[in-house]
Amino acid sequence: MFELSQDHQDFRALVRQFAAEEVEPHVAQWDRDSHFPTDLVPRMGDLGLFGLVVPEAFGGSLEDSDGGSFTNLCIAIEELGYVDQSIGITLSAGVGLGINPILTYGTAEQKQRFLPDLVAGRALAGFGLTEPDAGSDAGATRTRATLDGAEWTVNGAKAFITNSGTDITSVVTVTARTGEGADGRPEISAIMIPSGTPGFTVEAPYHKLGWHISDTHGLTFDNCRVPQENLLGERGAGFKQFLKTLDDGRIAISALALGMIRRMLDESVAYSKTRTAFGKPIGINQGVAFPIADLAVMAETATVLTYKAAWLKDEQEAGRRSVAEVKKAAAIAKLYTSEAAVTATRIATQVFGGNGFMEEYPIARFYRDAKILEIGEGTSEVQRMVIGRHLGLPQG
Amino acid sequence: MNIVVCVKHVPDAQADRGFNESDNTVDRAGVDGLLSELDEYAVEEALKLAEASGGEVTVVTIGPDQAADAVKKALQMGADKGVHVNDEAIHGSDAPATSLILAEAIKKATDGNPELVITGMASTDGTMGVVPAMLAERLGLPQVTYASELTLGDGKVTIRRDNDANTETIEASLPALVSVTDQINEPRYPSFKGIMAAKKKPVESWTLADLGIDAGQVGLANAWTKVVEIAKRPPREQGEIVKDEGDGGTKLAEFLAARKFL
Repeated sequence: MFELSQDHQDFRALVRQFAAEEVEPHVAQWDRDSHFPTDLVPRMGDLGLFGLVVPEAFGGSLEDSDGGSFTNLCIAIEELGYVDQSIGITLSAGVGLGINPILTYGTAEQKQRFLPDLVAGRALAGFGLTEPDAGSDAGATRTRATLDGAEWTVNGAKAFITNSGTDITSVVTVTARTGEGADGRPEISAIMIPSGTPGFTVEAPYHKLGWHISDTHGLTFDNCRVPQENLLGERGAGFKQFLKTLDDGRIAISALALGMIRRMLDESVAYSKTRTAFGKPIGINQGVAFPIADLAVMAETATVLTYKAAWLKDEQEAGRRSVAEVKKAAAIAKLYTSEAAVTATRIATQVFGGNGFMEEYPIARFYRDAKILEIGEGTSEVQRMVIGRHLGLPQG
Repeated sequence: MNIVVCVKHVPDAQADRGFNESDNTVDRAGVDGLLSELDEYAVEEALKLAEASGGEVTVVTIGPDQAADAVKKALQMGADKGVHVNDEAIHGSDAPATSLILAEAIKKATDGNPELVITGMASTDGTMGVVPAMLAERLGLPQVTYASELTLGDGKVTIRRDNDANTETIEASLPALVSVTDQINEPRYPSFKGIMAAKKKPVESWTLADLGIDAGQVGLANAWTKVVEIAKRPPREQGEIVKDEGDGGTKLAEFLAARKFL
């Protein structure tokens, strides 16, 4: 229960080595330049990172995982996130938002068309849910798709869409209103828009506080026409489909945040041993040692919460645990770990003193990257709402 | 073509490496170890050749229990099977003994007929670089060492060896032994599938008795050379700080001249 299997540990060692050798030497520069390293994606594909939860038929390795495939994905996200959060979220979104919806809801033809390239890292896919005026309130979607003969005509805009504008982005799935139900509520469906479709514009990259290396764009659709068969899953089920992927995403963010906390701990321990003040290493002072001890507690707690949630998810896939259990565990892990990560970067910056404020040290980058963890995949407030609901509290 | 690759499990250079105080041998138990980086090039080259021509890659290592990790890493990269020679009597063996054990293990693994043996150019711990030559001698094979390029054809192996002043192209008839440099290729990372597949690959574990080697031929007591003493280098002294009082350039020049840099 308290140790990952030897297979998980071997896989962790592989991702750790890859991240240290292929990512770490470049991240400071990529971050400064807001550069998305397209060439790194197929190399991540060669390691098998995009195919962990995908069946062999589409180039993945699901069958090899011995029931622990989602846990493996979390290990990969954590280890990449330890080195750089943007690369971690590129994997997390690439699998959770790019591959998963197609894998779960796609027709045989859609899967065959898109998945092999996505799994190999030759392509990336995005998922467009959030809009300028609709975030966690996904039902407020304004983007509209009307069936016009054998084609959908899509009009509207999406915001903050990860991996949507890279040189290798092959498709973005968007949620859109495709009509109204009998009760007057909007009918939401998911439609796949291949990159380069006329009327589909990828806006200039955002100017973000953090995650500079991650590819994020606003998207606009102006009479963008795609074939009828680009509908992903059932018509009208777009919202419901999306809700099902939420828990995975929350556990993945928890893994990403865990990588950050561990990094802050390691950096702080190393620095407090070598940096001297008043003739002694600063770690000798309780004022420095105590917050670093707190970092160790955060890392430990975050590890247990994250991998318990990941384990529950794997168990649920095998039919041994309920969706409700996963939902609650995912919200708890995401809430705690993301808030702890923000605190951890603040502590590490304080340990580093003036150097923590300098971009020459990695702490500043993590400090900037931390805040989004409390927002993406459901804000902390939304997580508390979910947890409250699972506690049986009265609901308004 | 069936290829044998010799690999070594070495202490991680990133870790705090040391020696056993009792017998001045490398401390292999107290630190994390890994497949010697220089041997990864040998594994990669063997995998490329086997992929191009068909055939199997067998990895051979000598060492205590944890040396199995070096074989495991090579299997994860794609090698087909492994041999691990593990015997307490091997502890402290020098290069001649190491080459003897490797030679017997290779003969046993290939029924006495190795087609191509590839090694790294040296280990990253001992860094003597003599085992490939000794091993070729023991196997009665032509040796072509320090290859930065390797091609096979017409029953021959052709290598490029980059020297300081020239580049040599050398060929040898097969079977042969080749040691490769870190310039020859870019070793691959294992993949998740590779990690899982490695678990099912066969690894033979042999003792000296399995190889018909007498314990009196190997080990620390029978080594031709002996490490008599190990002294840590003194820590680097504090540098000299010269205050620039208008004559900083002159002082710097004097400093360098005194050390014959100018």
